[in-house]
Amino acid sequence: MKLSPTWLREFVDAKVDDRRLAQDLSSVGIAVENISGEGKNAVFEMEIGTNRPDAMNHYGVAREASAIYNLPLRAVDSKLPATPGNAEFTVEIADQGGCARYTARIVRDVSIKPSPDAIAKRLILVDQRTINNAADATNYALWEMGHPTHVFDLDLLEGGKILVRRAFTGETIKTLDGVERKLTPEDLVIADAVKPVALAGVMGGFDTMITDKTRNVLIEAAWFDPATIRKSSRRHALHTDASHRFERGADFDATTKACDRVAALILESAGGKLAGLAIDAVARQVDLAPVALHLSDVHRILGERLETNEIFRILQQLGFELMPERGGDPDFTVHIPSWRLDVEREIDLVEEIARLHGYDKFANTLPAYAGAVVEAPDAEKDNKLRTALLALGYDEAVSLTFISHEDAETFSSAPVIELANPQSEEASVMRSSLVPGMLNMLAYNLNRGTDSVRLFEAGSVFEATDDGTSEPKRICMGATSPPLQNAQGWGTHDGGFFDLKGDVENLLRAFEHKSLKYDAQTADYYYPGRSARALMDGALVAQFGQIHPNISAVRRLRQNVFIAELYLDRLFPQGLRAVRYQALPRYPAVERDFSFVFEDGVTFEKIQTAVIGLGLTELRSFVPVEIFRGGNVPAGNYSLLLRARFQSYARTLREDEVAHWSAQILKALEGLGGKLRA
Amino acid sequence: MAYTVPKLKDHSAKALDKASDNLLAALEKESKAVKNEEEWKIFRDRWMARKNGVLTQINDLWLKAAPVEAKPVFGQKVNWLKKHVEGMVEVTNKRLLFAQLPAKHVKSKKKIKVETIDLDAFARDLKHGLIASQSLDITLPGIRRPLGSEHPVIKTIHEIVSVFRNLGYSVQEGPVIETDYYNFEALNFPPNHPARDTQDTLFIACQESKPQRERLLLRTHTSPVQIRTMENMKPPVRIVIPGKVHRNDPPDASHSPMFHQVEGLAVDTNITFCDLKGTLDHAMKALFGSSVKTSFRPSFFPFTEPSAEMMVSCFICGGSGKRGAEPCRPCKQTGWIEILGCGMVDPNVYGFVDYDPKKVSGFAFGMGADRIAILKYGVDDIQLFFNGDVRFLEQFG
Ligand SMILES: [Zn+2]
Repeated sequence: MKLSPTWLREFVDAKVDDRRLAQDLSSVGIAVENISGEGKNAVFEMEIGTNRPDAMNHYGVAREASAIYNLPLRAVDSKLPATPGNAEFTVEIADQGGCARYTARIVRDVSIKPSPDAIAKRLILVDQRTINNAADATNYALWEMGHPTHVFDLDLLEGGKILVRRAFTGETIKTLDGVERKLTPEDLVIADAVKPVALAGVMGGFDTMITDKTRNVLIEAAWFDPATIRKSSRRHALHTDASHRFERGADFDATTKACDRVAALILESAGGKLAGLAIDAVARQVDLAPVALHLSDVHRILGERLETNEIFRILQQLGFELMPERGGDPDFTVHIPSWRLDVEREIDLVEEIARLHGYDKFANTLPAYAGAVVEAPDAEKDNKLRTALLALGYDEAVSLTFISHEDAETFSSAPVIELANPQSEEASVMRSSLVPGMLNMLAYNLNRGTDSVRLFEAGSVFEATDDGTSEPKRICMGATSPPLQNAQGWGTHDGGFFDLKGDVENLLRAFEHKSLKYDAQTADYYYPGRSARALMDGALVAQFGQIHPNISAVRRLRQNVFIAELYLDRLFPQGLRAVRYQALPRYPAVERDFSFVFEDGVTFEKIQTAVIGLGLTELRSFVPVEIFRGGNVPAGNYSLLLRARFQSYARTLREDEVAHWSAQILKALEGLGGKLRA
Repeated sequence: MAYTVPKLKDHSAKALDKASDNLLAALEKESKAVKNEEEWKIFRDRWMARKNGVLTQINDLWLKAAPVEAKPVFGQKVNWLKKHVEGMVEVTNKRLLFAQLPAKHVKSKKKIKVETIDLDAFARDLKHGLIASQSLDITLPGIRRPLGSEHPVIKTIHEIVSVFRNLGYSVQEGPVIETDYYNFEALNFPPNHPARDTQDTLFIACQESKPQRERLLLRTHTSPVQIRTMENMKPPVRIVIPGKVHRNDPPDASHSPMFHQVEGLAVDTNITFCDLKGTLDHAMKALFGSSVKTSFRPSFFPFTEPSAEMMVSCFICGGSGKRGAEPCRPCKQTGWIEILGCGMVDPNVYGFVDYDPKKVSGFAFGMGADRIAILKYGVDDIQLFFNGDVRFLEQFG
């Protein structure tokens, strides 16, 4: 919204320059965002809060300036020649709820032509289009004093009357913008005896508008119910300067002033003469209830004791009337000016006082506090995983929370949550998986020539449930790298499945568990045989592996991509692993290697289970060291070198007992069909 | 091709080093190739046989052929090679023994000694300048274990949260998909109120059959958590609320339909506007440095009254509006940056959570973490935060 400081100064004689005026207005909440132009052509770009329709015009802002500088506020000039007698016209308000007041005036014998320069220039300065002298008069009055008005071609109104009513079902109106609109009984219309002639408070009708041929005009200045106007404006997707103000609450007392001001402007620019007195139909009073003001509350909220004189002065300057109360409870009864529909409670007055006093004048204090900081339940677990992921070399990433229907179906079986007003089909449902977002980010990097990427995202996914929605927390990791990552050739970190599994193990290790098993029953978007699920104490806590080649193809991923998903809602109940200190052994460990050939179906998990099942107390670890296929190992088999490590906390182990345990292990391995390699 | 001992034309130390490196490489290769006892014997004889073994050959072809002045250096080297070859032949044998499991098919690894540092040889090499040729080029780049980088927005959120935690605020979180009631109504945005228009809302589909207050939407601010917390807790309340929020803003350099907020709420007896100012002034100094100043101007939020917008003196240009001769862009040359919205909790809000506005008062504030990260790091496009480009992310590591 644009305002002209020159226009504004017609109502208040501010002694400061434009720049200072802008600053001072901003500091009381009438924000001037920018100043353009110089001298008489200077323009303030304003940002007025939705609660202050009264300040969306020059006069309203001048009132604020008068309060800031403690200066008188000049009235808007709307003197009219005396025109006794009644206008030959009827105004009837059939819908009291929608329209509380309708003031009209008739001017006859006008000549419609372009507005005089002075009017046109001002309108153009504040970015308004000029139309003709009558229409411009309403616009000028709007920007001057804020009340929306409308002018009709009187001779096109049938039946000599205005009726404010709800529209009938099936009724239509062509509005000023040329659009034919279907009306419903929820719409409030201005009608003549036959047809609707304006969509009340939003836009006038096309067929009754002012044209070059217009000789006689009817000026409308009304007060409409904010909610009614808002609904109409929304229903017809028609947001106008008038609806903007009516839906925020107009000034009930201003209808006569606005009507007079428009009449005065028309008489000045279009000639003609007034036909009788104003017609002022009042269906109901819009009274703003007085508010009790306790100085103790002002102090309690603001924290500083302001001078009563200053409080009194500030409120009076803004148009409030303060009546001192004898008993002091309250200290004042405050009458609210008709243009301040936003002030209904004592706290609203407290704000007015603080605002005009100046926020920066209040002291900075720190409140005392007796409570304690309560840790969020998952904070420690979140932090543990995040720290570990960063240490493992994954960059922390954040992706958007929307995905496409197609991705939702591919990456999740959970019922999806759709948006009613999505920005695009690609972003039409709430993400039910972090995987598509991760794949997008990996692809983004690959497409820009970054081929070695490790990312993680911690965040919620969104699922529809029987009684609403749930937002389970997850972590998704994504990794991709070219086949030979290390020119230095250590080769251990090849970015493949076991690299990823090692990272997953490192993360899961932080949680308390009795068992941790892996199976191959992964979701369809994983590469079968190169992906796994982790089951911790029977609960599915993670799923990871290479992404399915079909998905890679569709997304044009030109490298193998690995993904891991951690289901925090199932992992966190396990609790963080408690640290259990064990004294370091004082006796040497003994290692034994076992070189076996197994059939392919014998997994390491089976071997491990069998060996652990022996219950050898002194067996500290049992790990695979080397796997070999081909050569003289028969097809469908593999050679596995295993290493057992024995150690006692109580004594040095004897050769014969180690030999005995080794024999037991040997037997267990043979029990799985393993053949000892010579 | 099998290794043969070359004759040396050049008798410099450098040429000798090269020849000995070749010999050692061959030794290593041949040792690895040995598969069984028979092969090992051939291997042993080839290198150690008196007659025509490699060791004998280098004695003849290198040491004896060397001119007098080079003899000391050649002597040392040949001796050292001899020891090395002998050691390797023995290690090769042990490896074979170990591979053939003994009677019980189990073998202790412990007994194998692979190599120990020969301090005498080291001292000799040092003396004869042989070490330099074997040492590493320490100017080559190190092999780095990758470290992950914190996301700048998450990092900023953590910094803000930490400042308020130190002031006694506990972290609270809440759902992203909210009801109309928590996102609007209980925050004093009545149905059909124009203030709702300022928060372009993304709505969940198929909610028409529900009463308005139960309809689902994506929260436009983290403020609903204020209500959820007060419903479950009596004053005093001090909470800080980080989280994702959504608005129907088309993405561009400064807008994203998803972004992050950190809100705070303090409610107690006797919390005042001065406390609001003091708390936020303190927090900004903790976040941006003790020299920043704060300024408050009136604003409008339905759930606070009085409401304010807080500005901090520009921490880029120090409030001067200029960076050298250039205008300061982050503050648009004003020396001030709008950083958050705040205010005293509106008494209507207390009505929704059953607090007595005559007895308690409080303040709330909220800031955009993405915006603060943008200002802090001079990022010119908010989209960079959400596309996972590691070239961007790794700058924050
Ligand atoms: Zn600056």
